[in-house]
Parts: sequence; structure tokens; C-alpha cells
Amino acid sequence: MSDLTVSRVAPRGMVTIRADLGGPGAQAALLAATGCVMPGQRRIALQGRRALAWMAPDEAMLFLPPEEVAEVPGRIAAALGAAPHLAVDVSDARVIFRIAGPGARMVLAKGAPVDLAPQAFRPGDFRRTRLGQVAVAFWMTGDGAFELMCFRSVAGFVEDWLLNAARSVDPGLFAEG
Amino acid sequence: MSGRLAGGGRLIDRATPVSFTFNGARLSGFAGDTLASALLANGLLLQGRSFKYHRPRGPVASGVEEPNALVNLGTGARSEPNARTTVTELREGLVARSQNHWPSLGFDLGAVNARFAPLLPAGFYYKTFIHPRAAWKSLFEPAIRRSAGLGVVPEEGDADRYEYLYAHCDVLVAGGGVSGLAAALAAGRAGARVLLMEQTPVWGGRALVDGPEIAGGPAADWIAAALGELDALPNVTRRARAMVAGAYDHGYALAEEMLGDTDFGPRARLWRIRARRIVTATGALERPLAFAGNDVPGVMLASAVRDYLELYGVSVGDRTVVVTNNDDGYRTAIALARAGRTVPAVLDARPAAGGALPEEARALGIRIETGRGVARVRGGKAVRGVAVCDQEGEGAVVGRIACDAVAMSGGWSPVVHLWSHSGGRLAWNETLAHFAPDTGRPPLGPDGEGFAIPAGCASGALVAEEAMNDAHAAGLRAAQELGFRVEDTPAPAARSPHEDPPRAVWMMPARARPGLRAKAFLDFQNDVKVSDVRLAAREGYVSVEHAKRYTTLGMATDQGKLSNINGLATLSQALSIPIPEVGTTTFRPPYTPVTFGALAGEARGALFKPTRRTPIDAWSDANGADWEPVGDWRRPFCYRHGTETRAEAVRREVLNTRQGVGVLDASTLGKILVKGADAGKFLDLLYTNVMSSLGIGKCRYGLMCNENGFLFDDGVVIRMAEDTFLCHTTTGGSDRVAAWMEEWLQTEWWDLRVHVVNLTEQYAQIAVVGPKARAVLSALGGMDLSKEAMPFMTFAEGTLGGVPARAHRISFSGELSFEVAVPANRGQAFWDAVMTAGAAHGIAPYGTECLHILRAEKGFIMIGDETDGTVIPQDLGLSWAVSKKKADFIGKRAQARPEMTRPDRETLVGLRTGDPAVVLPDGAHAVDGPVAASGPTRTIGHVTSSYFSPTLGHSIAMALIERGAERMGQVLDFPLEGGEVIRATVCDPVFLDREGSRQNV
Amino acid sequence: MLLLTCPYCGVEAEETEFAPGGQAHTRRESAGADDADFAAYLFERKNPRGVHFERWRHAYGCGKWFHVARDTATLEIFGAYSAQTAAPPEALIAKIRRRRPGWEGWS
Repeated sequence: MSDLTVSRVAPRGMVTIRADLGGPGAQAALLAATGCVMPGQRRIALQGRRALAWMAPDEAMLFLPPEEVAEVPGRIAAALGAAPHLAVDVSDARVIFRIAGPGARMVLAKGAPVDLAPQAFRPGDFRRTRLGQVAVAFWMTGDGAFELMCFRSVAGFVEDWLLNAARSVDPGLFAEG
Repeated sequence: MSGRLAGGGRLIDRATPVSFTFNGARLSGFAGDTLASALLANGLLLQGRSFKYHRPRGPVASGVEEPNALVNLGTGARSEPNARTTVTELREGLVARSQNHWPSLGFDLGAVNARFAPLLPAGFYYKTFIHPRAAWKSLFEPAIRRSAGLGVVPEEGDADRYEYLYAHCDVLVAGGGVSGLAAALAAGRAGARVLLMEQTPVWGGRALVDGPEIAGGPAADWIAAALGELDALPNVTRRARAMVAGAYDHGYALAEEMLGDTDFGPRARLWRIRARRIVTATGALERPLAFAGNDVPGVMLASAVRDYLELYGVSVGDRTVVVTNNDDGYRTAIALARAGRTVPAVLDARPAAGGALPEEARALGIRIETGRGVARVRGGKAVRGVAVCDQEGEGAVVGRIACDAVAMSGGWSPVVHLWSHSGGRLAWNETLAHFAPDTGRPPLGPDGEGFAIPAGCASGALVAEEAMNDAHAAGLRAAQELGFRVEDTPAPAARSPHEDPPRAVWMMPARARPGLRAKAFLDFQNDVKVSDVRLAAREGYVSVEHAKRYTTLGMATDQGKLSNINGLATLSQALSIPIPEVGTTTFRPPYTPVTFGALAGEARGALFKPTRRTPIDAWSDANGADWEPVGDWRRPFCYRHGTETRAEAVRREVLNTRQGVGVLDASTLGKILVKGADAGKFLDLLYTNVMSSLGIGKCRYGLMCNENGFLFDDGVVIRMAEDTFLCHTTTGGSDRVAAWMEEWLQTEWWDLRVHVVNLTEQYAQIAVVGPKARAVLSALGGMDLSKEAMPFMTFAEGTLGGVPARAHRISFSGELSFEVAVPANRGQAFWDAVMTAGAAHGIAPYGTECLHILRAEKGFIMIGDETDGTVIPQDLGLSWAVSKKKADFIGKRAQARPEMTRPDRETLVGLRTGDPAVVLPDGAHAVDGPVAASGPTRTIGHVTSSYFSPTLGHSIAMALIERGAERMGQVLDFPLEGGEVIRATVCDPVFLDREGSRQNV
Repeated sequence: MLLLTCPYCGVEAEETEFAPGGQAHTRRESAGADDADFAAYLFERKNPRGVHFERWRHAYGCGKWFHVARDTATLEIFGAYSAQTAAPPEALIAKIRRRRPGWEGWS
């Protein structure tokens, strides 16, 4: 069994997409422009180096390799056509952490008022909430680790917070059934 | 004398001695002891002093309800006051000190308070306020302050760590006695997610001592089997040493789990629990009896006497008189007799005692005197005997019994705290003389249904069989209400001797003379006696809440766990009002004290509060930044070189920027992208001026007001495309303005086709300011920054020094200025490039103070300095930025209200002090006319910003002054604290370059 | 501490994720409104003991504003719905009437 780790992940390309994501044709347009299937409410579609996260009924976050960011807003604009929308590069605005290993659920449960029990939070689940006093979003990847993003101005604080929380976890709590 | 018996003690491990110190003396106990049991085992009955009279006290209880035996634990950075010895687990090296006495526990000078007890009646504290008036400050206050207070507040920071944990469950079971176990089993078997918490280290509760038969065998066997089954259920989590402290709205509960004092893990964990149902299996507490001398060390709850005996093998005394009003008290007599201790008599206040337990006691040869009570206890620091009287009399002594301990039982009260914390109602049970949950009126969840279910003794089912049936049903009900399929299984069968009902005894003897009532304690810690409550009633305190505060009954650290019912029953008698009509005081969380550390959780030191940092933060920190908080950010106030003072650094930064070139990390400014077909229309509604007419590539300064018309944010708006604007906000305003825009779009103008994204953190924004700014940036190459290509109030996108950049020709300083936004991840590299290119020009970074001086010299307002939530743009001479043509904008209607248009509003002016070296204090008030020697002076305004201008060589200030525009040239007085008056002349707030020739180059 | 269900996220979350926004269904008064109407819009708010309609924002979640019908005395939550409506949904009003037979209505 590997150890509990908290680490910053290498910068990813990120694009905020605002549009009526439930509107006619929006899902097909997004698939065409991003290569990702629009996920359901509070879910993230993880597709290799790309991912598309549900942020709100009219907001999604696209994750992709940094070198592909520049062309995406244009592709989205073309795909959505006249439908009101906004797609903008936000790759530099946030920092992503990875929390992996036994106890990862408990690390987050120390700060987020979210049910993190194995039956309640599964791979592909995506949640915007707070960690202590900081707004964050986190999701579970296919390998059972968590990724968490926060604004870059508080990334140092969040990193300290996560490392502190990871100093001690009780393996008996949040054990995978 | 108390001491350890040769045998017995279910919880202790006699093979594992544990050494500890009490008041410096090295003592020994066993693993499994509490500090109280270990002290008793060492013959130390005297463990504390009461709060008011400093009376000597021993433990009266064996659990959380203990009011007397409070000590200071630990030393230095691991020090905790007011710890109850009865719940302190003994551990190797534990250091305990008694408190609230001087010079020693045995001899306490403060105990003279007790001699003056007649002078310190209920409410004496309040009465000292009244007369004689002079006595309060000189006499009463110092005396009270010296004698008040229990433990000593630790002086060092806490060395331990603490944490929160958010937990979610279907059913939270509070209490790990047999009722809690039965409820948890019932709900757990049905498949509900169960969280079971027990405040002590031991599962099974009172059943371990009182030993009912469960499921055909000893209670201990059933407890072990139940724990085994619970552990096998994956949907059940159980935690010992976890006290459910409070139950709040919608099934929110807080629990404190003690994890131990270690250098590794946290010491305590505060569980923040969301439960759909809370089963309160919190048991019951025994009530003391009110008789004279019931506080002498050695007088103890009957249940506590047998707890010490059965759980720890500790005898409280050699000869123990049991005094009771119920059958349960006989259990103590029986246990003592079986352990070979002497029980000279059981005094039973009831006329007859014919239940199974009294019969068993009789069979053991114990003398039982019915209809009798204790007239008074003899002894000071220890019991020497009791005087016996008839319960129905006034206290005439009918006999004396020599003894060194008294076990008292006044009946049992269910622990209804969790049930009551968020609104569960209580019902008075006349037979059992206690309040129990009124299950028809529970605390409510979000669906309007009850979320709490009492179980076992906590619901008033005090007999084992009833308690187990009740608890089992509670567990089933919790699961069933949540939709789990429940099988109708029988409760674990419990059997215990039949008990006759108790008889309510609120004073012993019933018609006790005043002298006895004045020695009969209700609240042991706060020294509230029966006589005090009766006095409060006589003085008109008919509300139980008022009487509580007047007498301080129930206001000690134990929050009245022992005194509550006895106190209100005493009040009820004094007022001749039935107990249910008197009612209880409010039960408030926490159930027992929660350490501050647990409440703070991880939020201390570096994790106390997040501070936002810019991409240039690390560079600034390494280059002399003297930080100040601005909103949630930290920003350099100035950059200090070597031994420079703040003032010297600021002066250098101002002059360097005005004469050469400075650079400012402006990344904190809000940057909000507004895009859509209706973006211009939307911004016209948000800003006071017109934004829809702004040309692409142009910048415009804008003001935002709230619906009251008051200015709350300002900044430069740029138009990036026909349907796209970027709105700059103040440092503190980015989140607020983004949320403001979303609010209007979502809740008022949802028909507008506009999307908003807060891009503040996407960019580092770097302002290059000063006459040489163009030369510095041009050296980076990539964009034409000439006046012709990029005139004032325009922007352009391109690359500068290879970094994608958006350069704005805007100025908050009055100088030639470029604010350059680059992707945040490249912010530091771009800053470095600017510093390198600027080196030849003497470039130097500047901080917020220089920024303020530069803008104040120009008369530019600062949100939060010139505005305070009551200022409209017109007050600040910004009418030019308020459209008169627009049909509507937020704040327009309010600015037409009479209050906003009256001519005598305070308006912005500049000030020059008579002595140019004198700087007015921020906030100094201007008065109407010369300062009067005496009498009232009318204030006509105040200083909003004030600095010494290195550029101009004199002080400058801005102020909001009534009819300010009409006062140009007037000299105003600004009286300061201490009598000094500064005189200043009203002038134009623009001190430098009124024509704007410096920036327009 | 309340539990609210965000109608946009579909998640039940505790109060700390939300920000309250006062009374719902106030009607904006603007330029041209008389003093009395404008003052009422700015300052006059209901403060009922019982059924109340409130604005809430899922501040730490999706950021969306929504409306909640809540009993201020018992804290019962009758329902949450879109903020982009001038009146509470009929079904919600019917539910409140079932739960509070004597209720005088929402407006």
C-alpha cells in the first residue's frame, strides 16, 4: 500500500466555458470543440489528458494539455455559433493538488463539509465547496486519488493546509468498503 | 478514610502501576484509574475548593457532572485549568494541581469568605453595585476580583494540535451505554450508517456497575457481544472518548473526541456531524439531596460511591451512611456490604421501603430507617458523622451516627441536553420526579419531522428492561423513518429487581429551619444554597431564568447538571407554583466543556487565515517588502533598502517614481470579463457613467454605486471587442464586484445575454510608472508604445519581451504609466525583465504607501478612504462620471432623494496645514468656527486621507467638509485629543499638475 | 445550522456553503418611482414568524442564487426554486398550504 501524498500537479491548460449547457446542440457542440462528453451534474468526464467538469448548469471547466489551450476558445465559439457563450483561458488562475493514498478521503473531510464516505463520493464525482476557509473544487480520479483546485493566490495556504491535515490520518475512518 | 481495597475494580489493571503527582506529591495509581479514583485510593478526598466560599470539597460524583473536584492539569504549554478529576484518565507522569485556594488546599485564607456567608447572599455581587456607591471601586471590586476565578489561564501557547472532521451519517447514537449499544445495533442491522459515540473510554455505561441481566447473562457479556457485532457491521463506526457536545438545527451535531496528548497526532478532534437522526442515549444523572452539610468531603452521590467501589476497587469511607428517597440508593448499601464495608444505616425519606432492593439490604443485615433523613453532617474537611431527623420535621435530631462517608440519592434525572439543545420539549414526570423528553415535540429537521429520538434512561425509562425496550425501539424507529427496511425483532431482554417509586425530596428535612437551609447546597461549585434560591424568590425573581442568574445557580463549569432540578424545585416550593410551570432553564451546548483548541481546529499560526499572494509575492518578500494587509491580500507597504525607515523608503519611492521610473505589483486589482450581446447595456446599468459608448481599444474610468446611491467601487473599464469588456476593480472589490454582477444577472436582469468571468487571478498586472516608463518598456520590444500608437486611456494586446501582454495607458499617479497584464505564471519573468530593462533608468519597486501619496497628490479618491458607505459620487466632485442621460443605473433613483441632493452635504476638499511639516491625522474632525473653550462644538467633517508629499515638500490632505466647495480659502480648526488644534486651509484637492500634462505624454 | 438543497447543484449542503440574501421577490423600483415606493423597495422587509421566502446563493458551490421557502420558527424547509421567477411555484405553495393550513399566502 502506498503512502499518503500531497503534491502540486504540473500546470494544466484550463478553459472556463459559460453557456447554456443544457441547451439544444450545446452538448454536441462541446463534444466537437473539446473532444469531451459533457458530464452530468457534479461530475467530471475524465478522458486521458483531457477532462471536462460540471461547474454549474451554465459553466464547465475544460482541462487539457497547455499547448492546446490557445485554439480552444475559437473552436468553442465556432461550435456554439450564435448561442450566447464565453470561453476563456484561465490556465494561470488556479493551482491543482493531488492527494493520493490511504487517508486521502479523511484529509479532505477535515476541511470540507462534504460526505466523503466511499459510498457517497466516487471516482468521477466533482464537488465545489470549501476547504476550511478557502473555496475549492475537488474530484476523484479513476485511480482513487483526489485532485483539488483552488485559486493561485491561496495555493500556498492550501498546500500548507493539506500537508498539515495529512500529518495524521486514521485509517479506520473512511475505509473503502 | 478513603483507600484502595484489596480486590475488585473492573476497570483497573493492578499489574500496571501509574505514577503521577498532585500538588507536587508523587503518588501512584493503576492503569484504568481516573484521577479522582487514584486520589481517593491515596486517601486524598479533599480535591478542590468552591468558587465563592472556598469551602473544602471532595468529588461528589464519578463522571462528567462533577462540580467540585477541578484541577489544573499539566504545565507550561500543555496546561489545562478546570479539569474534572472524575473524567481525567490517569496516565504516567500526569501532573495535577488543585486550584482556587491560597496558600494551600488544606489551609485556604479565602475560606474566611465562608465565615461571612451571611454577608454574601444571593445576588451579593449585584448589590455591591448599588450602595454605598464609593465602595464598589475601592472595596468590593478588588476583593471580588482577588477571590474569584477557578483555574489559572495557561500563559504559553498550546503545544498540541487539533483538527476538525466533517462526518455524515444516517443515525448518530450519542452514548455508549447498553441503551446506546442496543439502539446502534437495531439501526445498524437495518443497514443505516451509524455513528456511535461514547464520552468515556469504557462502553456499557452504568450497566457495568448496576449489573442487570441482559439476554440471559451478565450485562458485561452482552456488552462484549454487542461491541463484536457492531464492529462486524461495515456501516457502523464507533468512537470512545467522544462526547457529543451539542445538537443543533437540522441534525447538526458537534462532538469532541479526545485522542491524547502526544507530539504526533492531534490531541482532540472536533467532529462536525450531519446526522439525519440523532438517538440520544445519554443516560441519566443522579440528583444530590439538599441537607445541611451535604458538601462536606465524603458526602457523595450514592452511584459515585458504588462506581468507585466496583470500577476502581476504591472505598470512599470505612463507615458509609446511605441516605435516599428511592430504591436505587440501596444498590450502594448492598455493594458496600458485599465488599465488607460497614453501612451503619440506610436513611430512607419514604414512609416505607418494601421493594426488592430494600429487602435485599435487610437480608444483608443493614439497618433501614424509613421516614428519616439527615439533619446535618458533622465535619469540616471530612465527614465525622450525621445527625438523623424525621424527614417531615424541622430538623430535631433523633439520633447520631458516626461515619466517614455519606452516600446520597435524590433520584435520577434523564440527561435531556442533546434533546433540548435545538428545541426538543420536556414533560414533567410526577411519579419519577424528573423532566423527560416529550417525544411528541422533538427538535425538527429540514423536512419538519423530528430528528432526535431519546433512548433508554435518557427518555425516562430508568429500569433496565424498559430502557432496553425503549432503546431498541429508538434504533428501529430511526432506521425506519429513514426508509430502511426494518425487521420487527425483539429487544435484548433485560432483567433487574423491581423498584418502588421514589418520593420527591427537595429539602431534608422537609420543613428545615433557616439555619439548615443555609447549609444545604444546591450548586456546589458556585456555593448556591437552598436559602439563596428562597431569598431570590422573596426578592421577586419568579422566572427561573432570572433566579438562575441572580443566584448563579447552574452557572458553574458543570452548568447545573446536579443542581438544575433541585434548584427549580426549590424555587417552585418557594413560589408555590408547580414545577412544570416553573420550567427549566435553557439547555445550551456544549454538554460538557470543550477545549478551545478543538473549537479552533487547525486554524492557528500560519493556518489561521488565508492570505492571498500575488505572483510577485516571493520576489517582493526577498527584496525588502514591508507587508500590510489590503483586503484579503498582502501587499508591500514599501520596499526597504538596508537600514531605511518606512518613511525614508516611502519618500525615496515617491521621488524615484515622479522623477524617474517606478514599478508596482498591481496584480491584486480585480479583472472581470463581461461578454455578450448585452454586455454594454448591462454595464450601463452597473456603472454610473455610460460604458456602451466606449470604443474598442479604449479605457474609461467608472464608478459603481449600490441601490442606496453610495459609491462602493471604482476602476477602469476597457472594451476588448464589440461584445467584450474587461472591468478593473479595487483590490478589495474583485470578488464582491464579480458577485454583484452575477447577482444582478441572475436575479433581476436574467434576460440579458451576458456572461461574467472573474479573471483577477489569471493575470499578473505590473504598473510601470514615471517619466521614463516608456523607455523601460520599449526596451523589452514587441509593441509600439509611442504616444501616437497608444495614446492615454487606450490599451493594446501583443507581446512585450516575448511575453503575451495587454498594456493599458492608464494612470493612478498622474505620471506617464503603463499597466501591463501578463499570464500569472509568467508574471515573475516579466517583472524580472522590467527590472533588468529599467536598471539603467534607476527603476525601483514601490509599495502601497507610495501609491497612495501619488494618487493623493493628484486628488484621486480611494475607495475606503474617501468613501465609507455613505458617500455618493457627487460628494467627491465626480458628477462628471455620473450620467444624467441614462434612464436608469443602480443608484440613480437613490441619488435623487432629498437627503442626497441637499446643499449642505459634506463634499471633498483639499487641505493645507498652516505649518507645512504638520500632517493631519487621518480621521481628524473639523469643527464649525474656532474651537470653543467650553461647551459643545459642531463637527463639519473629517480628514479622509493625509500624507506628507515629498514631491511638493508640504503636507497634503483630503477631507469631506460640509458645504466644502463654498469654503475654498477658509481656515478650519481640527482639534486633536489632548487639546492640540491643527489649523488648515481649504483648497482644491488636486495638488499636482491640474492640467494632466505629466501623464499626457 | 441549516441544511439547504441547491436546486442548481442538486446537492444538500450545510449553511456554511451558502450566503443569505434576504427577502425574496422584492420588486425593484428605479428612476421614476415615487419616494414611498422607492423607500419600500430599499428598506421595508417582512419579518414573519412562520413561512418566509428568502434568497440564498450557493457561494462556495455553483455560485447560483435561488429562493427558499422556510419556516422561520421551526426552520422547516418547504422547498427551493429558481431565483428567476416573480412568484413561488404553484406546487410549492400547495405544499406549504398542506403543511400550514392557516397560512395567509406568500405575497
